[in-house]
Amino acid sequence: MTAQTPAGTEATILRVRDLRMHFPIQKGFLRRTVGWIKAVDGVDLELGRGQTLGLVGESGCGKTTTARCILGGYEVTDGEILFNDPELGWVDIASISKDEMFSVRRNAQIILQDPYGSLNPRMTVLDIVGEPLLINGIRGSEREQRVAELLSLVGLRPEYMSRYPHAFSGGQRQRIGIARALALQPQMVICDEPVSALDVSIQAQILNLLEELQDRFGLAYLFVAHQLNVVSHICDRVAVMYVGKVVESAPTGQLYDRPRHPYTEALLSSVPRPDPRNQADEIVLEGEVADPANPPSGCLFHPRCRYAVEQCRLEEPELRPATAGHFVRCHLADDLELMGVSAPAA
Amino acid sequence: MDADQPLLEIRDLKTHFHIRQGTVRAVDGVSLSVFPGQTLAIVGESGCGKSITAQSILRILPRAGRIEHGHIHLQLSGGDPSRGEIVDLVGLNPKGGAMREIRGGEIGMIFQEPMSTFSPVYTIGHQIAEAARLHRTTDDIEPRELVLDMLAHVGFAHPDRTWSQYPHELSGGMRQRAMIAMALIGRPRILIADEPTTALDVTTEAQILRLMKRLQAEFGMAIIFITHDLGVVARMADQVAVMYLGNIVEQGDVDTVFHAPRHPYLKALLRSVPRLDPAENIGLEPISGMVPDPFSRPAGCPFHPRCPEFMPDTCDTAVPQLLPAVAEPGRTRAACHLYT
Repeated sequence: MTAQTPAGTEATILRVRDLRMHFPIQKGFLRRTVGWIKAVDGVDLELGRGQTLGLVGESGCGKTTTARCILGGYEVTDGEILFNDPELGWVDIASISKDEMFSVRRNAQIILQDPYGSLNPRMTVLDIVGEPLLINGIRGSEREQRVAELLSLVGLRPEYMSRYPHAFSGGQRQRIGIARALALQPQMVICDEPVSALDVSIQAQILNLLEELQDRFGLAYLFVAHQLNVVSHICDRVAVMYVGKVVESAPTGQLYDRPRHPYTEALLSSVPRPDPRNQADEIVLEGEVADPANPPSGCLFHPRCRYAVEQCRLEEPELRPATAGHFVRCHLADDLELMGVSAPAA
Repeated sequence: MDADQPLLEIRDLKTHFHIRQGTVRAVDGVSLSVFPGQTLAIVGESGCGKSITAQSILRILPRAGRIEHGHIHLQLSGGDPSRGEIVDLVGLNPKGGAMREIRGGEIGMIFQEPMSTFSPVYTIGHQIAEAARLHRTTDDIEPRELVLDMLAHVGFAHPDRTWSQYPHELSGGMRQRAMIAMALIGRPRILIADEPTTALDVTTEAQILRLMKRLQAEFGMAIIFITHDLGVVARMADQVAVMYLGNIVEQGDVDTVFHAPRHPYLKALLRSVPRLDPAENIGLEPISGMVPDPFSRPAGCPFHPRCPEFMPDTCDTAVPQLLPAVAEPGRTRAACHLYT
């Protein structure tokens, strides 16, 4: 499939359309495919330049798989991943050539969750941060100088570049990961749970650093996370995933104040808040998350939804606009008055 | 039972680790009281000594760790405190029979990772029944009945089926429920929960927190809740102790701790948590620097190198005490020179 220029403005850097990623379940000696795990099954996203889009959901909802698809980590089953590459223009990562992907990789980078597992313990900081530079032909003292600049950019002392990762704390390692991601001056960075493994005081330092770098370089972030308070703080828009599908997406304030999908409502009410006087009346969801290999009929959320009606069991809802910029995948979106985060105070 | 009488009282506990690189004073003078039916949250960042405090109570410290000083007084069940039926856990042999009876019988425990509590090769039922046989010796009821009853209590719809399942067959939230069932089968009066919901998704976390509250109301047990999550503290705790580098820096009832914090560390910690409501999110103020290396603890107040209200010649010389000695209503006890 050839990538055509979408009708959007150039302010958009990434547009994902109906992305699907199904993994085969293989059994027996002949590895016959007996079923499919629909890890990602209908994801639409749009990320503007210099913006932060949050992708939230619980474990197994497909948010990390989506992120990997966007970086060309899998051969996707179906859908388009349109990336506005500064050199190539609009390209579809889902059907891209190897050479084109090389260019895209310069402009789309990733920061990983685990600051312990994601840095090679046998490489010095210079080698880790300088590896993308090396691959792109920057060597010797020029490389060293760039690495020194990158380290001071993320708040580390350049003298540390000859040390190994074990000499650094979790927060410092995350800074090394950020320096590596920024080495090639990307346009877009996928942040996969970048602060989940950190203590709160360190978490705030890293969040502030990410915001600072965004302002300075106009970076676009796809922020994959399960911590809804962190997402509330850093994201312009949020997309909520449930069992492989985006069920709601809206500007952050709108989504948190006036959610339109019952799953979003339950999710927001579950978050324990750091204030004993302002505890939401949490909606405890019964049962377990649906199995992506054997999904329920109709709306995937209906077995746990307290508003579900007959239609929800039979028909699968489409993602459709509720108000401008607010998309929701629920039959009842227009009829429900759902509780947002500021409700208990009111 | 007298509610004013603490079930568990820790006095000036010091637990140190002697390792090749030197001595780590992981817990360095902690005093705490746990009252019947109440929840005490111990909150702090990694390395503050909150888990080591719990492990000291249960006497399950790693080999290098030693209780150097202090007392851990436990009021025994059925015992009459006026007759002194209080035992000092520090004086017991960690591997002895008395301690084994206390673990699980008097004090139950649950951890972050249920897979480390259960053996992968025995069924859930088999393992919980084993705990029932150890601690419910006076009951006439068959252990199997006790276990099925407890599994139903913690929310398993089909206890019979769960009985014969292996731990790996359960989801994370269900495994956590099974671990709670195992911890409570001996009907302990104190439950120590060390980050029990940290590895769970938020909706599952909400289920488990609600379950713990319900079970606490049913069984009347006290909970020592160890966590780094201030949101969970606000939802669960009656009393809160905030730890930093082996010391309690502030202590009080939950409302006062969140609404009238005094110690600069706690104030800073509260300011560094992102809020859920986007309207409340203005700017995060991170705490500068990082937790110091445990081998080179700062002199004086352990927080002074990062403290925005550092006072030269006071904070870096003298160790502040947790004051006032007895909490006044509407005020926390804080270990800070600003208040001395």
